[in-house]
Amino acid sequence: MNPGKAYRKRSFFLVVYIVFALLPIYWMVSMSFKSNAEILSSFNLWPIDFTLDNYIKIFTDPSWYGGFINSLIIVSLNTVMSITVAIPAAYAFSRYQFIGDKHVFFWLLSNRMMPPAVFVLPFFQLYTMVGLMDTHIAVAMAHMLFTVPLSVWILEGFMSGIPREIDETAYIDGYGFVGFFFKIFLPLIKSGVGVAAFFCFMFSWVEMLLARTLTSVEAKPIASIMTRTVSAEGMDWATLAAAGVLTIIPGAIMIWFVRHYIAKGFAMGRV
Amino acid sequence: MNSRSKPVNQKAWLLVLPVMLSVAFTAILPLMTVVNYSVQDILSPERRLFVGADWFAMILRDSELHEALWRQVVFSLSVLLIQIPLGLMLALSMPTEGWRASAVLVVIALSLLVPWNVVGTIWLMFSRTDIGLLGVTLQSLGIDFNFTGDPVDAWITVLLMDTWHWTPLVALLCYAGLRSIPGAYYQAARIDGASKWAVFVYIQLPKLRGVLMIAVLLRLMDSFMIYTEPMVLTGGGPGDSTTFLSQYLVTMAIGQFDLGPAAAFSIIYFLIILLFCFALYNWMQRIGFGNKEVSK
Amino acid sequence: MSSIELELAHSYKANPRVEDDFALSPLKITFDNGGAYALLGPSGCGKTTMLNLISGLISPSQGVVKFDGRDVTRLTPQQRNIAQVFQFPVIYDTMTVRGNLEFPLKNRGVAKTLINHRVASVAEMLELTDELDKKASNLGADQKQIISLGRGLVRDDVSAILFDEPLTVIDPHLKWRLRRKLKQIHNELRLTLIYVTHDQVEALTFADEIAVMSQGKVVQMGTSDDLYERPNHTFVGHFIGSPGMNYIPAEHENGVLNIMGQKIMMGDNQILPDGSLKLGVRPEYLEFNTCEERNTVVAEVVNIKDLGSSLMISCKVGECILKSRVSSDKLIPRIQEVVWLKIIGKHTCFYHNDKLVS
Repeated sequence: MNPGKAYRKRSFFLVVYIVFALLPIYWMVSMSFKSNAEILSSFNLWPIDFTLDNYIKIFTDPSWYGGFINSLIIVSLNTVMSITVAIPAAYAFSRYQFIGDKHVFFWLLSNRMMPPAVFVLPFFQLYTMVGLMDTHIAVAMAHMLFTVPLSVWILEGFMSGIPREIDETAYIDGYGFVGFFFKIFLPLIKSGVGVAAFFCFMFSWVEMLLARTLTSVEAKPIASIMTRTVSAEGMDWATLAAAGVLTIIPGAIMIWFVRHYIAKGFAMGRV
Repeated sequence: MNSRSKPVNQKAWLLVLPVMLSVAFTAILPLMTVVNYSVQDILSPERRLFVGADWFAMILRDSELHEALWRQVVFSLSVLLIQIPLGLMLALSMPTEGWRASAVLVVIALSLLVPWNVVGTIWLMFSRTDIGLLGVTLQSLGIDFNFTGDPVDAWITVLLMDTWHWTPLVALLCYAGLRSIPGAYYQAARIDGASKWAVFVYIQLPKLRGVLMIAVLLRLMDSFMIYTEPMVLTGGGPGDSTTFLSQYLVTMAIGQFDLGPAAAFSIIYFLIILLFCFALYNWMQRIGFGNKEVSK
Repeated sequence: MSSIELELAHSYKANPRVEDDFALSPLKITFDNGGAYALLGPSGCGKTTMLNLISGLISPSQGVVKFDGRDVTRLTPQQRNIAQVFQFPVIYDTMTVRGNLEFPLKNRGVAKTLINHRVASVAEMLELTDELDKKASNLGADQKQIISLGRGLVRDDVSAILFDEPLTVIDPHLKWRLRRKLKQIHNELRLTLIYVTHDQVEALTFADEIAVMSQGKVVQMGTSDDLYERPNHTFVGHFIGSPGMNYIPAEHENGVLNIMGQKIMMGDNQILPDGSLKLGVRPEYLEFNTCEERNTVVAEVVNIKDLGSSLMISCKVGECILKSRVSSDKLIPRIQEVVWLKIIGKHTCFYHNDKLVS
């Protein structure tokens, strides 16, 4: 096959896939600009009566935008906490040997194999017991079960890429451990921190089961709110669509910012 | 992680302590609860009976569980058979440089960052025969499509949704793997007169071994744990035709509040996943997928 | 086997205007059939670009490439029948050694019996016969490079073999093995070989002729003797030799050479231009005397380094340091002692605007 033909075949496949990837999202976007009446009565590829009402409703109704704010708080808490505990641990794994180091490392990774469903009940009881039910912290902490091992794994990979000579040079130059760590080491791995933060976000923003289990009123994330939009008039498709579109935007922004590091982050899939 | 000439320092444990504490709280304590419940019959907070392995035996005999497990296995296998080759093909067709590379990357990665319930909602809106683009189109083409009533249609829709959702993960992993192949290999292949197929089989595929292994294991694990998306899309139905293991467990734990059996089930569930992953990992190592290569 | 001619310039930019835009400034260079050549120069000098233009991996932005007089500029590496060995071993690691060596021939549809014959003879030449049925990925890096080379040799009509710093990842104590192999191949097969390196030792041992490159230009092309004795640019004198040539500025006027305030009478048979010059002499040829002599320059010894079999004596003339290498059994002057450097000799070169005066 000459290169020209192969290239066209590949491009065709890519275009088809991109259409496949975007079509459902496009449909939801289109629905978000329609009213419920229009959705139920007629079928059009693009709204006849283009309206922003759905978005306005979300931005003005606290029960809706509160959900978004809760989700953002949860995700931010989770990312900050996960990265904060993961960094020192990753440093230890990448620089030192100690009793049980390999075992702990693999045990951390094995938590990934736990179905979240298994934790639904125990978390419910545990967090009720410590009085953290329906708080952002509870969900952030619950998510740490998965985001911490992943962060440690990613950060360890990035840290191992920094030669130990840099540590030693810093000590010779008179830096204490803390000074070296914050002024020299962290700036070197900031792309690693970015990738780890991206993956924390990627998990915590999207997870719903645990988030819903641990919240009821105060800390209800947008995911919970969206799954409860059945009312007497039937499904509130229009508002649901608008909410759905809004949940995708933070993700899109995140990807755009880390797009150069995505390949590197996924390449941390070195075993 | 390798132990090449790393100094031994037991004080490094202090650095690991925060992680251990947080994981202890989020994982060990709850799991202890689970293990605790799995061997007790909890009639009320005060009345608990030790029942040993009774719950485990009951669970293992539960025919509904067997059905859910069977559906789960078929689902996960289908997921692997569809998404791994598709993801690889996608990675091979993605541009490698220029603004096009970034644009395609963002578009492809989008589905990975959609909250899982929204994934379900998107496909709900997309597949319904009254308001959905896909549903209406299929109906107008004369195809009798009803994912809420017909089990086969429900399965197809769930698989379609999962493929839409997770293929990009496989693609991104393979893409990263492809990017790490030095250009010299392609140049040597050109000089040797290799066909595009030979380049794929003898250069790309071998170099993607590690990445493909990770992709397979991740998809296996995650597809085994799936809950939200099918729950939103089909609710587990019609009937229980799309009820997989997680839905079954959650119903048992929260819906019916059978703490004992649910706990026993949880442990069995985890062991099943562990078993499947272990088996698949070993099998793949044997057929040559391990990272045995020492050279660059 | 082909002779290769380049008459071209190359820029990676769309509209090159100034010299800096060019990776290779306009040049003309010929590699004779069956010769072993080295392209030597520091990083960024354009040697890898030139290699890629020869192999056909890139096309020159202007000019032509000819093999045996045939214009091959638009042909692919495969069509040019090139073989290339890269910086790190490039082998098909799912195949055996035999599989690797067979691969180029299989792709061309060569008959099985002929393939076996070619593979056997190449394996024997490269001392790989015992490894033929082993998995290629299990061998050491130097053997893998040899396999890479072998894939080029199995094609008996290969036009040239190109090497892009092939010893880079080889352990130092194994480099000699590869070097020896390469020399052997060259002597036996008389193929056109072009070898890119930044290491002058590799270049000097491997090649019949060396093209020294800097900043996109071929500064000098010649045998190692030519480059050593008569470097036609100060860059070449500095780059070749360890340490390189000594340089000291001098003013010339009417037969009088003024070196840092010291005057030397040059005879009438010297064809030196007036003005600022640079005087170059290699440490190996810079002799000195402990008592005054004609046509010498006074210097003060500032450092003596013992190199084992020889000594490196650094002397100061004005602000310049000149190094002289002498054998250890000669009389050693002391630090701060005054010596007279026999700076004018038959090995001394003069440079005007960095170019050799001849």
